[in-house]
Amino acid sequence: MNIVVTVKQIPDPAVPGELNPDNTLKREGKLILDESDSYGVEMALQLADKAGGGDVILVSMAPNGEVSGLRTALAMGAAKAILVSDDALHGADALTTAKVLAKCVGRAGDVDLVITATEATDGYTGTIPAQLGELLDWPSLTFTKEIVIADGKAKVQRQTEAGYDEVEAPLPAVVSVTAGVVEPRYPSFKGIMAAKSKPVDQVTVADLGLADDIAPNQKIVNVAAAPAREAGEKIEDDGEAYGRIVEFLDQLKVI
Amino acid sequence: MKIWVFAESEGDKPTTATLELLTKAREIADTVEAVYVGKNSDAIAPQLGEYGAAKVFTADQGDALSGVIGAAVIAGLVEAEAPDAILFVQSYDGRDAIGRLSAKLNRTVLTNATSLAVDGETLKVGNAIFGGNTLVESEFDGPKPYLVAVRPKSFVAEPGGAGAAEVVPATDVNAGRGADAKLIERHVEEREGPKLEEATIVVSGGRGLGEKDNYEPLVEELAKLLGGASGASRAIVDAGWVPYAKQVGQTGKTVKPKVYIALGISGATQHMVGMKGSDNIIAVNKDAEAPIFSVADLGIVGDVKKVVPQLIEALKARK
Ligand SMILES: Cc1cc2nc3c(=O)[nH]c(=O)nc-3n(C[C@H](O)[C@H](O)[C@H](O)COP(=O)(O)OP(=O)(O)OC[C@H]3O[C@@H](n4cnc5c(N)ncnc54)[C@H](O)[C@@H]3O)c2cc1C
Ligand SMILES: Nc1ncnc2c1ncn2[C@@H]1O[C@H](COP(=O)(O)O)[C@@H](O)[C@H]1O
Repeated sequence: MNIVVTVKQIPDPAVPGELNPDNTLKREGKLILDESDSYGVEMALQLADKAGGGDVILVSMAPNGEVSGLRTALAMGAAKAILVSDDALHGADALTTAKVLAKCVGRAGDVDLVITATEATDGYTGTIPAQLGELLDWPSLTFTKEIVIADGKAKVQRQTEAGYDEVEAPLPAVVSVTAGVVEPRYPSFKGIMAAKSKPVDQVTVADLGLADDIAPNQKIVNVAAAPAREAGEKIEDDGEAYGRIVEFLDQLKVI
Repeated sequence: MKIWVFAESEGDKPTTATLELLTKAREIADTVEAVYVGKNSDAIAPQLGEYGAAKVFTADQGDALSGVIGAAVIAGLVEAEAPDAILFVQSYDGRDAIGRLSAKLNRTVLTNATSLAVDGETLKVGNAIFGGNTLVESEFDGPKPYLVAVRPKSFVAEPGGAGAAEVVPATDVNAGRGADAKLIERHVEEREGPKLEEATIVVSGGRGLGEKDNYEPLVEELAKLLGGASGASRAIVDAGWVPYAKQVGQTGKTVKPKVYIALGISGATQHMVGMKGSDNIIAVNKDAEAPIFSVADLGIVGDVKKVVPQLIEALKARK
């Protein structure tokens, strides 16, 4: 079974984000594997293993030929990667990103399953999985926490407000996985060494036949700092602070 | 401007988030209409009318997913009906619907919106980025309809006093292979007390609780005593202590209760973006420098394992 995993390479989320003068997200310097996608990579490796073989292929769109995040996922065990890096994609909107990723799935050959995260850590638009499903004309099973592949079908548990739904679809299909559902493996030393020589197919939008279809259809027109909230009273617990909480709740007439 | 709302339901009621969108649409649009996919449109459509939908386009999803069918329904109608903008709730089915529709119509999306304004023919969509530190306003450049997903709790739902909506069953519904995703069975987890997003009091716990087994006696117990709902930081959701449905913050729920009580939560921006709209905030944290204190109306620098059991005892004694 061949599985494509979309992996986004993002600026370190621990460092506060910044905007470029043209109001696009600053994505310079080293990018890393979005942790949200490490669950998809792990899930794919486990599913390929259970199926008794097949490749896990990564696809990513990132500026400046960035491969650091891809190498991390290759070191976990993915076989190869397709990277789309093209200045023409600067400021790409969500639909353009989905178009690029869908073309990459086509380029990856015979694919049974595409796994994505539910939303990217840096931009968190959260629509790529459904957009990809529609562009490929495949069913999409979103917000899943468990995937079983059997009889040519993907059977998943899909998160809902009230609990979860059991949902299934025939392959090929797109599945988005929620964070924390599997324990991503740490790359071994051997894996890290092997990753250095695994193939990364670097392509441009022209290679994908998309050159005329990528202009962003949205723009940021205003940027402001979020209003701050004032801090109130702060007391050190001396063994009686609970009493102050009771008083406070009392004043608010909620007890 | 003609605005459509993709309506969702829970039982025989529209979700509160749906009603919030209708209320806002009424304020900024000349014409408000809704699209509802479900088996109970007879029960839902009149309520959508009360909140401002003049017309409700309906369809039954069969055993397919309602977001997927919703996208197909809307795609079949836009040419004839020409809505200028279509609003979705930033929810599971709302995200399926807006994503699929985006690809069908070749229109991009703006998501996580927390404000909306109309200026002539443009729609201004506000949202928070960088974990809630920065607010940006965006506009669409391309052709209509504009597609926007809005976070719940961005607006307050109020009935508009209008009459029943005209119900129009959709006839052209082609979901392609998207419709091959089939619902087999629903699993509903029992919940005691009010819903997290609707509770007057929310008590949330974080990693400072120390261990999973402390969540029930400290957080749940206090929430129950106060008639509130229990929530959590992402740290303890990812650690598997509590289900994702309890997560408050950027990638979880937005809550705006009368009182929010944060127990052993540091106050990362991604957590605070989901709760700093609360009327009153109480925080208990043993680190006097914890960022959560910068938004707390009452901050207790102390150990949750000491303060909370005392608080629970005191509240029980009052009853
Ligand atoms: C893209 C992205 C999205 C995110 N989305 C969310 C989200 O939706 N919601 C969310 O919550 N987080 C989110 N996060 C994670 C967020 O950045 C924090 O990591 C998380 O909120 C921390 O949880 P915490 O406060 O429970 O844990 P910690 O940050 O570890 O804080 C624990 C606190 O407990 C205190 N403490 C320890 N022991 C005690 C004691 N005995 N008594 C009292 N206090 C004690 C400590 O002083 C500390 O302040 C997101 C992060 C990213 C990158
Ligand atoms: N530039 C990208 N490269 C690879 N995968 C991406 C990219 N953007 C989004 N994705 C995938 O789509 C998911 C949802 O992204 P988004 O809809 O942008 O929040 C992400 O978690 C990734 O799995």
